[in-house]
Amino acid sequence: MSLVIIKPGILDSLQDMGRYGHSHWGINPGGVMDVFAATVANALVCNPATAAVLELHFPASQLLFEQNSLISICGADFTPLLDGAPIPLWQPVLIRKNSILHFRKQQKGARCYIAVQGGFEASEWLGSCSTHFKLALAGFNGRRLEKNDQLLFKEPTVYFAALLTEGKRYSVLNWGASVYNSYAWPNEIFFIPGPQMHYLAANHKEFSAANFTIHPSSDRMGYHLRGEALTVNNTTEIISTGVTRGTIQLLPSGQLVILMADHQTTGGYPIIGTCIQAHLPKLAQLSASDVLQLLPVSIEVAEELFYRQQQDLNLITWNCHLHLKELLCKA
Amino acid sequence: MMEIYAIGDGAITLQLGNQVNDFLNKKIIAIQNWIWQNSFAGLKDVVIGYASCTLYYDASIIKQQYHLASSAHQWVKQFLEQAYHQSLVALYTQPRTVTIPVCYDLDFGTDAAALAASKSISVEALVNNHTSNTYRVYMIGFLPGFAYMGMVDALIAMPRKQKPQTVAAGSVGIAGQQTGIYPLQSPGGWNIIGRTPLQLFTASNQPPVLLQAGDEVRFEAISREVFDNWNL
Repeated sequence: MSLVIIKPGILDSLQDMGRYGHSHWGINPGGVMDVFAATVANALVCNPATAAVLELHFPASQLLFEQNSLISICGADFTPLLDGAPIPLWQPVLIRKNSILHFRKQQKGARCYIAVQGGFEASEWLGSCSTHFKLALAGFNGRRLEKNDQLLFKEPTVYFAALLTEGKRYSVLNWGASVYNSYAWPNEIFFIPGPQMHYLAANHKEFSAANFTIHPSSDRMGYHLRGEALTVNNTTEIISTGVTRGTIQLLPSGQLVILMADHQTTGGYPIIGTCIQAHLPKLAQLSASDVLQLLPVSIEVAEELFYRQQQDLNLITWNCHLHLKELLCKA
Repeated sequence: MMEIYAIGDGAITLQLGNQVNDFLNKKIIAIQNWIWQNSFAGLKDVVIGYASCTLYYDASIIKQQYHLASSAHQWVKQFLEQAYHQSLVALYTQPRTVTIPVCYDLDFGTDAAALAASKSISVEALVNNHTSNTYRVYMIGFLPGFAYMGMVDALIAMPRKQKPQTVAAGSVGIAGQQTGIYPLQSPGGWNIIGRTPLQLFTASNQPPVLLQAGDEVRFEAISREVFDNWNL
């Protein structure tokens, strides 16, 4: 069971939910940029949420499936084409062996996830298969995928071969995940004000009205924002403290950086705030030159939105399992 | 002055001030140890800074586990207050002393000559000064296994370089009154004065890092010959 990279993408890698519990050694969690999309991708093919998935950036890899597979494609819409025919996102798709999947155009979003039933074989380090680029560890040889790399699949846990229709190259199973809630108002990112918010001259209302553009130098480590340089009232230097995914740092230039999946564990720049977890999927789907606004909210709002998102995920996961089971019973 | 503030809805920081000193750092390590001994469902990670401790948690697990009416943030905040009041420095202050061999050859210590010149001392005096003190590891950050150590003598303290350069793994540097060792090749702005043959980071080791917060470190000068033969 495997797929082969016939043409490599710009930055495609194996990732999972990341490695936690080692940050005090300077080893950051890493993992998928869009946790929500990756979780749904796994749910659609009845994998555990922790199974490794393929994270694609655009231009994305061209893939040859060497085996009959049950897959799902979630997150960014890069116009996936299976042997030239468009296939939908957020739905399980059965494909026959020797099918070629490629991605024509970046329609929407920045990171696309592919899950295969059973999950990918990947090397593990400290309890996670997420590729650690800097250390060149885990995932697929600790690096991004290159031409002719062969990704092995684990044994399927669902007997989906019975669902393949005679003569058809592929079939889209007739259920999908509704993900509107998590991606609505893609450019409005909520954050919880941090300890140095008062370093800025702008009050909350003025700050909310500002537009920030994502600079092309942004990557999995962080998003560099460009806007009118912020007026800073206070220049007291701070000593390094722990930071997290979504933390908004104020650089000496008056510009902001938002830390993303591969961020360092500690930082010594003033912390303006931290984006709420429920909006990290939206943030992960923004690309260079996209514009965003940062809107302060309370902890209570953040926790409520996160809780609802978790509920959505539970519901999606439960329904996906139910649908597939039902279909298998009929087959 | 102790304060606790949110780092988003998945992390929270307890901070004891904005100074680098042994006293605050020892208390922080005591708090970290107390947290590990009193770990709770939903605790994902703990990171310490010079004078701060950050907890990473899963709010939905905490809410479910403890049937909270209030926010998970409030619950973790109370946990941190408890950690602050109940952790005892005396229990955790036996430091481990680690000796790090360093070759101060100018081929490795690419900024040693400039640093010594700007302080009007000889490179030899710089090396003697660096090896004559014991340094505390305050925190690990920046790179896996990168130890922030201090304080170096004011005589050899030097601000970070303006322009970061590629620094080889094992390089020993000075930034302000801090000293540190690069575990991996990386861009960096510290003034490099030597190199250790030791591996600060080994993926297959448990733990994978040589130094941990709270350790005491001494540097020992070794010759180029000893360095070259170290791993033979």
